[in-house]
Amino acid sequence: MNQQQQSLWQFVQQQSDKLLSQTLEHIGLTLVSLLIAIIVGLPLGIFIARKKQLSGTVLGIAGVLQTIPSIALLGFMIPLLGIGATPAIVALFLYALLPIIRNTYTGITGVEPSVKEAALAMGMSARQILFKVELPLAMPVILAGIRTATVINVGVATLASYIAAGGLGEFIFGGISLNNSNMILAGAIPAALLAILFDVLLSVVQRVSFKKLKYALFALPVIIVAFAVYYLVPSASGGKLTAGFTPEFMGRQDGNLGLQQKYGLKIHTTVINDAVMYKAAFEKQIDVISGYSTDGRLKAFNLTVLDDDKKIFPPYYAAPIVRADALQKYPGLEDALNLLAGHINDSVMTELNYRTDQLHQTPERVAKDFLVANNMFKPSRKGKAGVIRIGSKVFGEQYILAEMYRMLIEGNTNYTTSAKTGLGGTKICFDALTNNQIDFYPEYTGTGLLVLLQPPAVKLQQITSNKEKTYNYVQQEFNKKYSVKWLKPIGFNNAYALMMRRQQADELGIKTISDLKHFLDRN
Amino acid sequence: MIRVQNLSKQYGQVMAVDNISFEVAEGDNLILLGTSGCGKTTTLKMLNRLIEPTAGKIWIGGEDITAQKPELLRRNIGYVLQNNGLFPHYTVAENITIVPGLLKWDKEKTRNRIHELLQKLHLSTDLLTKYPSQLSGGQQQRVGLARALMTNAPVLLMDEPFGALDNITRTKIQEEFKELDELQRKTIVMVTHDVHEAFELGNRIAIMDKGQIVQMGTPAQLLFKPENDFVRNFLKAQRLQLELKAITLHDVWYSLPSAHDLPDSGLPLNTNESIWQAIQKLKGDVKQIMLKSAQTNEVKLVTFEQLMAAYNHYQNTLTA
Ligand SMILES: Nc1ncnc2c1ncn2[C@@H]1O[C@H](COP(=O)(O)OP(=O)(O)O)[C@@H](O)[C@H]1O
Ligand SMILES: [Mg+2]
Repeated sequence: MNQQQQSLWQFVQQQSDKLLSQTLEHIGLTLVSLLIAIIVGLPLGIFIARKKQLSGTVLGIAGVLQTIPSIALLGFMIPLLGIGATPAIVALFLYALLPIIRNTYTGITGVEPSVKEAALAMGMSARQILFKVELPLAMPVILAGIRTATVINVGVATLASYIAAGGLGEFIFGGISLNNSNMILAGAIPAALLAILFDVLLSVVQRVSFKKLKYALFALPVIIVAFAVYYLVPSASGGKLTAGFTPEFMGRQDGNLGLQQKYGLKIHTTVINDAVMYKAAFEKQIDVISGYSTDGRLKAFNLTVLDDDKKIFPPYYAAPIVRADALQKYPGLEDALNLLAGHINDSVMTELNYRTDQLHQTPERVAKDFLVANNMFKPSRKGKAGVIRIGSKVFGEQYILAEMYRMLIEGNTNYTTSAKTGLGGTKICFDALTNNQIDFYPEYTGTGLLVLLQPPAVKLQQITSNKEKTYNYVQQEFNKKYSVKWLKPIGFNNAYALMMRRQQADELGIKTISDLKHFLDRN
Repeated sequence: MIRVQNLSKQYGQVMAVDNISFEVAEGDNLILLGTSGCGKTTTLKMLNRLIEPTAGKIWIGGEDITAQKPELLRRNIGYVLQNNGLFPHYTVAENITIVPGLLKWDKEKTRNRIHELLQKLHLSTDLLTKYPSQLSGGQQQRVGLARALMTNAPVLLMDEPFGALDNITRTKIQEEFKELDELQRKTIVMVTHDVHEAFELGNRIAIMDKGQIVQMGTPAQLLFKPENDFVRNFLKAQRLQLELKAITLHDVWYSLPSAHDLPDSGLPLNTNESIWQAIQKLKGDVKQIMLKSAQTNEVKLVTFEQLMAAYNHYQNTLTA
């Protein structure tokens, strides 16, 4: 634990610049969206308090908005508003609306009727009654709504990092994909502290009298303008190329760090989620992305892979990994799995992924079509010799491979299969394997090396530039450490790759990462 | 001062107020009296346009009340509600200076007026910085009254102003209310369902039923010349007490014996007061009370028995 705290502290010190900018971005996203939600929600709440017959509809719509899953909402935003701060703020704004409208409505309708009547009878105008009687008396309830909205927004703002809007989500989601708890904590702790801080501040405001609060209202436009400028300036200066990298890629030696060190690449970078990255590149929101070389979306969005001429991305050749005792227990299994070896290259895998991801064909159909076309398909023997448990991670390519292995095993041996597909990430899948919950799953040499074995930097230097060396190393070490066997590689290399729109790359004459660097240096 | 003509208010099928007409002379104190739901509040609120009538017209000070904006109309009409309607987020001082604020009075004038009123209403200046929730019910109601009187509006509307108070406090505030010089000059319309309060405070009473005015007149007229059984029955239960309240000492002055030897001390009771008032003073050891005619300054010394004899005599002449 002490070790952990030590290194968390070190991490924070190392990354203090990033932490500061992410925190500021986070505060900015939260406050700007909140202020807009107040500017819209407060009058709307007042309006439906006047026209009660509309209250059901308005509160209903705001309620539905809030039930849309955050990622889906962010996804809808991209075609409309692109990526970056704007769609994130719009999404956060929509989430903050309900508590503000609802509490304004409740607060105003809850004002004692005799007080309103007295105000009216003394000759106050509707406007005076609103500002001198209704709003001040409703203010504690309204502020409670604003508090709720703020806490929601601090939480949801972590997701802004999915669409390149920054914020503490960069650390949190980067940490999750890199299996780096310090990074997760460096994002999660400040996010939690922000939520608490805002909550406390607002509870203080809640106790201050409305009269003093009025002066704060004048500060509002100033804050909005300040943040609007803050958000507009960077995008205005972005005349050159912009990169969108996943949080995972940002933090890896074989990712952005390597690009900076080995290539000296200096490019304006935003952090973005894998799910929306390809689309954002296609929509010209960003120009360079960090993808996977066999991703089906390469084809769907007409992107091209830049050649990694300095070999910073380690090879990610896929091969089934099997527990040694399972190989012994099920003779013939190894041969069946090896049937696929060498048969799928990068472009074939991209094509197969394209069919599931973009054409929405089932993995089963894609797998069968492929095996049939390659004369490898045999109908199931419906054998009774035992059950082989197949695992896979939670993305398309792994589902296709799992289906192929199922058909190969059932067609060529007397075993049946059961599938445990969709196991979260590398760690979960591998733990399931070593804990004897599955018998094998397809893994990538690079992942085995960097995520599971994590050898010292010197060793990495020696082996990552060469695919055979990498394969041999992981094969030896897995056998030794875990009694897990790497079978023959399937053929394709699903490595990290930098990609650009094909058309833009052609126009600019960029084929390799070095070309990209030279282009950026010239401009 | 106030003239109401063929006024009606309809809610769906309910005629809350059904074609009523009446006038209130300047300085009069008209009580709208009747059981709950008979349309008193609705009538009152139409006077300052908190409710717009379905039909009919209202003039105040000779002017049609729809001729000016309702806000401006209301700033010249004081209004006191049953549960005071004080702003809970305003101090007492802020509450009673709302209307002066709306009328843009200067600070000096406002301050002087506050102190004048507080004194008249027996409120301590310490209360000025307190919030309504820190006051007793009686104090709240006094502040509510102060707020309505603050700008000397010539017309005052009151909806069950003492209804939420306990008996002792109510009696006390009613007493003060009667003695308040500010109110003598005002034209007041007050709503109550309490017959005693009506007879205590009103110089004219309109008895209402089902949205209509059944009879309107002075307390004595209602008691001694009821126009129908409704009025008669309405007042039956408390008849004796009401009559004692309705008849002034002046009414029976002629049949009270003249005084022979007067004691030199003690303040005499004015003959504008009711017989009831005089009887109130004849409690315990006090056997005689000194009365002084408001007209002739003549002074008489009377006992309880003499008062009752004069009352009987007067009653006989009325009903004869
Ligand atoms: N806003 C309203 N909507 C419908 N009916 C009403 C409304 N206000 C009053 N009424 C009805 O009008 C009648 C008179 O009410 P109100 O003037 O308040 O009586 P009071 O003050 O004499 O108790 C009652 O029957 C009451 O139910
Ligand atoms: Mg009423």
